[in-house]
Order: sequence, then C-alpha cells, then structure tokens
Amino acid sequence: MSSQKKSLGKILFGPILDNNPIALQILGICSALAVTTKLDKTVTMAIAVTLVTAVSSAAIASIRQFIPGSIRIIVQMTVIASMVIVVDQFLKAYLYDVSKELSVFVGLIITNCIVMGRAEGFAMSNNAQDSFWDGIGNGLGYSLVLLVIAVFRELFGSWSLFGQQLVSDEFKREFAQGLMLQSPSAFFLIGLFIWVLRTAKPAQMEKG
Amino acid sequence: MIDWISVEDIFRLFLKSAFVENLALVFFLGMCTFIAISKNVKSAFGLAVAVIVVQAITVPANNLIDYFLLRPGAISDDIDLSFLRLISFIGVIAAIVQILEMVLEKYVPALFNELGIFLPLITVNCAILGGSLFMIERSYGLIESTVYGIGSGFGWGMAIVLLAAIREKLKYSDVPPGLRGLGITFITIGLIALGFLAFSGI
Repeated sequence: MSSQKKSLGKILFGPILDNNPIALQILGICSALAVTTKLDKTVTMAIAVTLVTAVSSAAIASIRQFIPGSIRIIVQMTVIASMVIVVDQFLKAYLYDVSKELSVFVGLIITNCIVMGRAEGFAMSNNAQDSFWDGIGNGLGYSLVLLVIAVFRELFGSWSLFGQQLVSDEFKREFAQGLMLQSPSAFFLIGLFIWVLRTAKPAQMEKG
Repeated sequence: MIDWISVEDIFRLFLKSAFVENLALVFFLGMCTFIAISKNVKSAFGLAVAVIVVQAITVPANNLIDYFLLRPGAISDDIDLSFLRLISFIGVIAAIVQILEMVLEKYVPALFNELGIFLPLITVNCAILGGSLFMIERSYGLIESTVYGIGSGFGWGMAIVLLAAIREKLKYSDVPPGLRGLGITFITIGLIALGFLAFSGI
C-alpha cells in the first residue's frame, strides 16, 4: 500500500469491488465460509468483522509510533484480541442465539487475515482516521462476498431468507438442495463469484 | 482431571477429527495459508508436518491452562476468567510456536531449515486457534484433547498435501481465463470437500 494521500472515497470504496480482500487479496476466507448457511448469522458476522477491522486498525494506527518493530505482531494481536473479546461478550449478552450458532467463529476473527493484514499493511503507515475508513471499506468488501454467498446458500438450500420460509413445505421437500448447506457448495460458489468478478474486471485475471 | 478413555474411543475420536470433521474442508479453517502454500507438494508437506506438531502441543497445553486458571471456579469458586480465553489461547500459541522455533534451531537444525518460514505463519493459522476453541466447546479432557490435536492436525495436513498435488497437475490444464489461479483452486477444494463428505457416513 503506497503512503501517498488518497481520497476518503477511494479508501472506503476501493476494497469493495476493485481490490476486494477475499476475491483478490485472498485474505480472510478462513472464517468467511462457515457462517454463510443462514443470513442472520452472516449479517452478524459481517458487522462484527467490519467493526473489529475498523476499530483495531484505528487503534493500531494511533499508537504506531510507539510500537517497536520486533514485537509489532504481538502488539497487533493483543489489540485485535481485546476487540474481539468485547464483540464476543456483547453478542453473548444481547444476541445469545446467534452467538451460540456462530460458536467458535467469533473468536476466530482474531486470526482472520483481513484484520491482521490491514493492521500490518495499512494501519502501520497511515493515520488513525484513514485507517478507520480503510477498515470499514475492507469490512464491507468482505461483507459483500459473504452476503452474496449466503443469499444463494440459504435460498436454494432451504428456500428461506433470514429464516422466513418463502415457499410451501411441499415445494421445499421437492426442490431443497441439501448440498447447498454442506461445505463443498461454499467453495464452488466463491469460485464462481471470483470467476464472474474477474470476467467483469479483466485487469484482475491471473496469468499462467 | 485425567479422563481415562478406552483405546477404541481414542481411535474413533482420531478418525472423527481427521476425516469427518476435517478442519480445512468442513469448517473452512486455515484457508489463507491453505491456499497460499499449496502451490507445490514439497512446501505443503513441510507446512503439514509443522501444523501437526504445533496442534498436538497447543491443544493439550491450552486444555491445562483452561483447567487450572480460566474455567469458572478454577482459582476460587467466585472467579470466572473464561472471558480471557481468547487472548490467553492466542498468547499460548504464539509463545509455543516461538519456543518450538528456538528448540528446533538448536537441536534439529535440518528440520528447522526445512520448515523455515512456515513456523511463524502458523501463529495466524485459524486452524490452530480453532482447534483449541473446539476443544473448549466440546469440553474435552486432557487425553481427548491430545488425540483431537493430533487428529485434526493430521486431517488439515492431509488436505493441503492433496490440494497441492492436484494444483501441480493443474498447471498443464487449459482453464478459462477468468477462472485461472484462485477461482479454479476453490472449485478444486470444493471437489475434494465433496469427496470428504463420503466419510460422514462412518
């Protein structure tokens, strides 16, 4: 990431399609796919990741002059882990059902490469305000991919959105694709998503 | 605290953690490294060995720490430190990886050179933290967590070696331009995961 001044719009919206963290930078797929079987889980996770990325990036950016280079990973880890604990406790207190379903994946935001990658790649060389918006932008890019996949999986897997069933029971029995709720479909969908995105934006294609 | 379980149970838990509940293919853990390091079999194999070793040490270590310090009522009846789990587990993992790196460098330099850059990468591998968190969620005892650590590490390592082998062959295939690289890798992982679904019958 170059250190030259960039406009707020570019920092915020660049990561959504042009420089998507999942599709282009291969970051943060770890926890991305497991939470996409139901939309309510996905939305919670997307908001959590966006907030953690933004706030921890801002926090790290504001103390970046005081972090010795040799222990910066551990410092970043600690800041991020503290943020995740706050989110985890909040979810347990106010959204207990969703937090139960997300199980270990809230905790795994710590090792989500997006958070770490933005802290290391952007926040260490930019001021707090830019880092905050960069975090929000990358969080939104992550959320977009997650939401697209979740809509497909919940719609075709159980013919419902946000837990509201859209069709009659008979239709569901007949046409529900159980495979969509299993893990392989998430891999296929993300592969196809990347295909569509790269066909639309040929500059992102890989050579060879 | 030691939970004696039968040999049969140990074997069953190992199979379950390695195949049925494969960390990479069923729970999507450690995907970043899984995709980044699977371009050739040799480095994939190095990473696989490192993950198995680290997983086999950290899961039981975190189990002990949780039992003696963090679980509700561990220190005294009215103290519940379980909210510190995340931050202490990640600290333990980072520390163990660091220690392992130093021990290997001193006593087994050949292996150290082989593993090289993969050891530090493991700290941020979600599969390792995920293993410890699953251990808490399913309240495994000390022996169970050791078996679970080895089994899940083995499953993850096997998956990355498999993927690397396929990707080596894929280099010679004619893939549609938009799908090249990352796209086809995901489709491949999906197909491997589909194959692993068959294990859920046992």
